Amino acid sequence: MIEESQPGPGETPPALAVSGLAKRFDDVQAVDGADFIVRPGEVFGFLGPNGAGKTTTIKLLTGLARPDAGSIAYFGADFTRRLKAAQHLFGVVADGNNLYPELTGRENLEFCAALYGIGRAEARNRVEELLERFGLDYAAGRRFGGYSRGMGRRLCIAAALVHRPRLLFLDEPTTGIDVPNAREIRRMLAGLAADGTTIFLTTHYIEEAERLCDRVAFIVAGRIVRQAAVEKLLDGARDRRIIELQLDTAPEPLLSALSEHFPTNRWEPRAGKRLRLISTAEIELAPPVAFLAERGAAVLEARRLRPSLEEVFVEVTGLAAERLSAEKGGRRG
Amino acid sequence: MARSAAFWAIVRKDLRTYYFKPPNISWGLVFPLAWTLMFFLRSGGGLDIARLLPGVTAMSILFGTTSMLAVTITFERRVAAFDRLLLAPLSLEALMLAKLGGAVLFGVLNSAVPLILGFILTDLAAVQWLVVVPAILLTSFSAALVGLFVAVSVSEVFEAQTFSNFLRFPMVFLCGLFLPLTELPGWLRPLSYALPLTYGVDALRGGLGGGLHLPLWLDFTALAAFCLALFLLSLRNIRRHWIA
Repeated sequence: MIEESQPGPGETPPALAVSGLAKRFDDVQAVDGADFIVRPGEVFGFLGPNGAGKTTTIKLLTGLARPDAGSIAYFGADFTRRLKAAQHLFGVVADGNNLYPELTGRENLEFCAALYGIGRAEARNRVEELLERFGLDYAAGRRFGGYSRGMGRRLCIAAALVHRPRLLFLDEPTTGIDVPNAREIRRMLAGLAADGTTIFLTTHYIEEAERLCDRVAFIVAGRIVRQAAVEKLLDGARDRRIIELQLDTAPEPLLSALSEHFPTNRWEPRAGKRLRLISTAEIELAPPVAFLAERGAAVLEARRLRPSLEEVFVEVTGLAAERLSAEKGGRRG
Repeated sequence: MARSAAFWAIVRKDLRTYYFKPPNISWGLVFPLAWTLMFFLRSGGGLDIARLLPGVTAMSILFGTTSMLAVTITFERRVAAFDRLLLAPLSLEALMLAKLGGAVLFGVLNSAVPLILGFILTDLAAVQWLVVVPAILLTSFSAALVGLFVAVSVSEVFEAQTFSNFLRFPMVFLCGLFLPLTELPGWLRPLSYALPLTYGVDALRGGLGGGLHLPLWLDFTALAAFCLALFLLSLRNIRRHWIA
């Protein structure tokens, strides 16, 4: 279901407007008729499992791949057939640290500034400003090859901003990064958004999307299955009660019996012998606990959870939320 | 102005991070010396430097240029650093010319080593620089373009090295360096004329005082045609395979 796909009359043109975007690789439909807009100044999240088409979408939007169909407009101008001409408008942070290991942090940024035709004096000031902003001034003279993964990712974000783009694409910016660095990156992205930079962010971390994004689109197997403001999606989930049970055994063999016996509840198995009970009505815990105990599954702990984007994602896509985080390195702090 | 800054930034970066590394510089020095020594041993001590110089110069260019460009581009593609270049507001033609620029400069510098040796060891007063300089530039360009063609055809760094050798060694043996073209079997001769190095060696021979096998205009025209064809073919393949 597509929501909010068009700007209202009189609104400023969207930072990015995509219509009918499609790409096929051999027998795989990587992107299948994607329609969405990204409004100026917002953080737009593209959320989906590994292989859903997130990276391909970024490649199509930035000119690193050619779409089979569809149109791409930046800030009100159609660039579908001339994406090269739009490349000064955006910065791209790839899903790996793709700077030059032989150059220092400062030299890498100076090189990126030169790629965008920024003069030496201006580049020097901009590079120092970015190094300071991203907390890398102390390591500016070190070779990029010696940077930690988190430092490297921060420098890559700085490199994408060197020409002051109006829109920033980030492909899985916190994947494979340790918890403190991932938090720092999120803090920096929130700062960029507060300064007015439009951000298009792909992620498979639902919590990250919930924390950072104004709006999100869920993409599964190349298709956008839902897009809306995060608040709006959460509003729709607020009537749900969620209780997570920690069992002493795997819950999967008991699922059909639970669903049969408690048909008004939804039962979702989670990793680590956990089981989620979701209902729109008030949940009475004693009957299911007793039911599980009769079948040899003791409940060790029960806790109430706040409805989150995760429930919406699971409901809309039919995918287990953990499929997202398990595929690329687990949950992040 | 902005494009020119980006172009030269790429050339400078490539020279610094890839070409001007101690192993490559020493390779550029050792390679011509080793070839000169090999020819010296082969000739039984009666070394004709002026006759030897065109071949050693051409091979120094070929071996210094082809695999370096193929390997560096393949490496940059593997680590996605090449995407960063593709995302810069620079046309694909200008970007690829910048990547070629570093390799061509390195090839020209490599060619200087045997020429300097030649100056030290023999009298090169008869050298026609107006022929030698364009011959070196065009040979470097065509060798770098062979490297680009290799880079576009492979996806792994080790494949770049292997495929470069696959193309280079037949070129060396069929370009008239070891065996004059007139002495090659008739069925092999068309293959020789289909190799850019054949024309590069012949033009260098003409400029360095040796006898020309082909008319000079044909050498330069053929080299320029090879450069243009390889460049256009590589651009087409990049658009078809890398920005697919």
